[in-house]
Parts: sequence; structure tokens; C-alpha cells
Amino acid sequence: MAARVFTVTSGKGGVGKTTLSANLGVALAMNGRRVVVIDADVGLRNLDMMLGLENRIVYDLVDVIEGRCRLRQALVHDKRLPELFLLPAAQTRDKSAVSPDDMVRICDQLKEQHDFILIDSPAGIEQGFRYAVAPADEVLIVTNPEVSAVRDADRVVGLLEAEEKGPARLIVNRVRPDMVRRGEMLDISDVIELLAIDLVGVVPEEPDILVSANQGRPVAFSRDGSLASRAFHNIARRLQGEDVPFMPLREQGVLGRIFSFVRSGGD
Amino acid sequence: MNPEAITIKGIRQGLLITLPGGDLAGQDWHADLRVLDTRLGQNPAFFRGGRVALDVGRRELSCDEIEKARSLLARHQVDLFAVVSESPMTEAAAQEIGLVIDLGPMRPREPEPMAEEVPGGEELSAVDNLVVRRTLRSGQSLRHPGHVVVIGDVNPGAEVVAGGDILVWGRVRGVVHAGALGNEEAVICALDLAPTQLRIAGHIARSPEDKRRKPVPEMASVRDGQIIAVPWQGR
Repeated sequence: MAARVFTVTSGKGGVGKTTLSANLGVALAMNGRRVVVIDADVGLRNLDMMLGLENRIVYDLVDVIEGRCRLRQALVHDKRLPELFLLPAAQTRDKSAVSPDDMVRICDQLKEQHDFILIDSPAGIEQGFRYAVAPADEVLIVTNPEVSAVRDADRVVGLLEAEEKGPARLIVNRVRPDMVRRGEMLDISDVIELLAIDLVGVVPEEPDILVSANQGRPVAFSRDGSLASRAFHNIARRLQGEDVPFMPLREQGVLGRIFSFVRSGGD
Repeated sequence: MNPEAITIKGIRQGLLITLPGGDLAGQDWHADLRVLDTRLGQNPAFFRGGRVALDVGRRELSCDEIEKARSLLARHQVDLFAVVSESPMTEAAAQEIGLVIDLGPMRPREPEPMAEEVPGGEELSAVDNLVVRRTLRSGQSLRHPGHVVVIGDVNPGAEVVAGGDILVWGRVRGVVHAGALGNEEAVICALDLAPTQLRIAGHIARSPEDKRRKPVPEMASVRDGQIIAVPWQGR
């Protein structure tokens, strides 16, 4: 399979893009794929901390763009996983330091040596979003089952459609099944009905995730650990091209609708 | 050029305003701008907040002249994003000040007779109607002087502003404004009418608060000075 660039974006902040990027990177690397995760949130970098690599950063994305180092020198290698690399963001600069062309060039170079490039996009729809999405072969939109997040995700889908970026796929993150059952949280089907893009993952909210984030060890390291970890691994497998079934979705596909018509006609 | 001869069409990125005439011999850009000013002033609500592409035909315009058009539009709270022209000089000038000159595949097909037969917009039957086959997403805005049919949803955060009726074969959850040029007879129909806000001509209404009601096709119109939504009586 040729190398592919996935940009993880959302519109809204705090929905779990960085957590997802970190865990997805870990899951893909555990499957033997050569992965680079790029923190595109220049000025507000977090991906390095979530991966527990912040003490090992020497050069960053902006150093590469401004020619102070070679791309390879900026890649932080994760000692726990030989296939996983991080290209950190710069913390002392801001998003004006990066252009869409810069990102495309960097990804073209990375594609020669790696299988998956995950770009952790910043929140918003301005410059950061634009340069994060520029090199994407595919965009993964992360949302929460919550009206503001879904509204923002819809905006992003609209922007991507207008740029003819190809169909985005959806990850619904931080789902609390108990709240959904009590009608306190949007149903996944409500979210999909509005956004109308293909679903590639549903990840439950779990306290582990926060703990792991603070410790710099993403939950995906324990493959069969929590439900969330399994969800991250399933997403990774789907991105690798496998057809992994979703468990709890009761989707009323075309078949369901045909059955309804037959029933009414029979009166 | 008189105000009624200026044609307005809804396109994907906003509105296309076409200025007829433009014979080089008699070019008087200042006069043309005054006419445009009058035209825009006739229906401020329709234009306000919109994005416009200006088709100037064969006119040869300098950067300054295009800039004057931009300022004029800005005074009507309209954003000029493109200038379409048959003159290479005009195209170059437009590009220099950062405007788009090619609307790409989004450009509507030209029905030539249109420019002559269409009056200002009062007789909606002569203005063409717009059929859009996609869901309008949050942040997208569709404006058109005629009737608008959307085959898809109007998501929350999206808006449709039409001079005529608005028919949505889908869910309306955004803002829809029919009769935006002043037509109180305009209607709004949808399979599921649950808008953030509904407007017909100068009337504004919110949806009643019932959140989990079953969707039923409805038509909204103005009766006795307020907006009433009547469900479709199937049986």
C-alpha cells in the first residue's frame, strides 16, 4: 500500500484530536506500520506530552521549514515502538510560521520512508486548519456527541467539500453510553444523520485516557485493555483497509426501508 | 443601463451580478456604479452579508475602478470576491487587487435571452429558479432572487435566502428566509421543518419548542401578520 497522509481535525477544540492521533499512531506502529505523527498545533503543542516524548525534542516543525535542520533530525523516535516517530510542533512560535506548501513538501518527503503520516490539526478553521489539511490524502473528522461539536464538524465538512478534498470520515469520540441511554447525550445515529459522512470509529469516554495522557503513555499500548483501547485499534485496522464490524450500531440501511414499504403496501 | 436590467443569479459561492451593456465606446463606469447602487438599495435585506461576483462584460477597468465597485458593495455590506470579464485588462486589474476572475465549473450556464427579458425581480416567474441537490452545511449560505429548491438538508448554521419560495426536500434546521425581496406571499415547505429561524418577507419566527416530535411535512406562510406552519394532510 502506498504511503498515506491522514489529517485529524474537528473544528471544535477539546474533542480528542490529539488523544486520537497519539493512540492511532501507537496502534498502527504496533501493527508494524511505519508511522510519523505530526503535531501541527504550532504554539500550543500537546502531542509530544501525550506520547511522553517532550524531554527528547531537539528540533521541531518550524526548524525544518526554516532550514535549521534536516527533516530526519527533527523526528523524535519512540523507544517503546521502533516504527513510531513524532515531528513536534514549535512551542515558541505561532501558526504564521507554517504554510500549506511547507506541509505538502514535508509530507512528500516523509512518504518516501513511512507508511502512515498522521497530522494532528489544531482546532479552528483558519490558518492552522488550512495548512494541516493541505497535504491530506484523507481527512478524519473527530467530534463528540454534543451539539456544538457536531455543528463545528459540519462546518469543517462543508469547507472540505467546497475544496473538493474528497470525502472525510468520522470518528465519534468521548461517547458515554449511559448518558445516551438516559437521553442526556446525542445518539450516534443523530450525529451521523446530520454529518452524513462515513463512520470510521466510535470511542467511549474512559477515565484511563486522561490518566494515560498525563503519564505520557497512550492507552493503545495495552491492545486488549480498555474498550477505548480496542476502539483505537479497530480504527487503525480500518485505516489499514480491514473491514472491522462496529458492534452497537443499529443502522437502518436501505434494506430496512424497503421492508417498511412492503409492509404498508400490503394493507 | 437601468437598474432593472442588472441581473442577479445565485451561484455556489454567492451571487452573480451581471451588468449588461459595456460597449466600450460609451463606457461610463461612474454612471454604471450609480445604477448598481440604486439596484442594491432596492433590496438591502436580500444582499446584506452576501458574497458577490460581478460580471462586467467587455468593460475595460483599472484597479481603481474595480476598487470603487468594491467599496460601493461594501457600503451595502456585500463582499466582492470576484470580477468576471471578457477584457484581459480588467482581469489583470482584478487579479492585482486579489479578486478571483474565474468562477470555474460553478459558473451557471448562460441562458442568453435572460439579460433582456428579466425585470428587476418583482416578476418572479421570469427569473429562473434554483435547484440545489446537496445538503447545505453549517456556515454555507445560498442566496437567489427566484424560487429555491433544496434536495437535501439545511443544517443548523446554514442559511437560504430567496426572493421566492423555498422548498426543501429534507430537513430544515438552519435559517431560511423566503420572500426576501418583499414578497409576503412566499412560502417555505419542508419534509421536516425545524429551523433555527424562519423568515418570510419582513416576518421572523422561531420554531415552537417541541423537541422530540415526529417530523411531518409542513408549509409555512404568512396569515394575519404572522407565520403559520400547516402540516400536510396526507390522508
